[in-house]
Amino acid sequence: MTCREFADFMMDYLSGELPEESRAPFERHLSRCANCHEYLAQYKHTIEAGRLAFTNPEEEVPADVPEDLVKAVLAARK
Amino acid sequence: MQASAGPPVASLDDGALVARLRAGDEEAFELVVRTYSGRLLAVTRRILGSDEDARDAVQDAFLSAFRSLERFEGGSLLSTWLHRIAVNAALMKLRTRRRKPEDPIEPLLPVYQENGHHQETFSSWNEPVDVAMSRAENRARVRACIEQLPESYRTILLLRDIEELDTDEAARALGISPNAVKIRLHRARQALRGLLAPHFRSAQP
Repeated sequence: MTCREFADFMMDYLSGELPEESRAPFERHLSRCANCHEYLAQYKHTIEAGRLAFTNPEEEVPADVPEDLVKAVLAARK
Repeated sequence: MQASAGPPVASLDDGALVARLRAGDEEAFELVVRTYSGRLLAVTRRILGSDEDARDAVQDAFLSAFRSLERFEGGSLLSTWLHRIAVNAALMKLRTRRRKPEDPIEPLLPVYQENGHHQETFSSWNEPVDVAMSRAENRARVRACIEQLPESYRTILLLRDIEELDTDEAARALGISPNAVKIRLHRARQALRGLLAPHFRSAQP
């Protein structure tokens, strides 16, 4: 298995969807290629970082209430 | 319109607040819109990019929520319910608006040598991801990197990894095949890794 093929299989490997016949060569490559080992680790860190980036919703909220939007919504409801 | 009798709306829990909304209490509507418009705007802006579209989606979301108040189940959080409606409103908007041409994602993906080996040698990140992400500056940095992804990839990443829709739900929401969702998600994650790496890896000796 090449590094390119390894990278193609990473998502299915992590979600447990990689078929048996590909899993063994994948894991063999993982144990032998330090660079792909690191690449897979960073791929996992990326998913985790994305998830954690939005854990504090207040950070993205504008400090002021968008008055014009509030007025527009209340007017549209009537 | 009914007079708002009873305790002030600001002190009500979600169930009681929804009861007031169902009764047509103007004060309750204003409180809900005022309380949640900012955070729903953040949600729709994340998905749509454009400020104007994000505002339209928030307005659609509130109106749709107010029309379906009978579907709000006691015991769930009003914030979670509105969040889900806002995501749907943003997706609806996304499907109907004309798609702008977007930058290709290929420059953000790894480069391989002819023999299929990576061109790049990956150096490890300098601290565990949960430690790095406990700082607000890093959370903002990751959000900014996600914003840099081409739209069709950013949306999939947000729906699958952040909003936690499964592959089939995301496919239905976007009107594409589940396989296309999987391919785009995998590319989006790899592209995001490439954007994050310079910020998170250890300094080279």
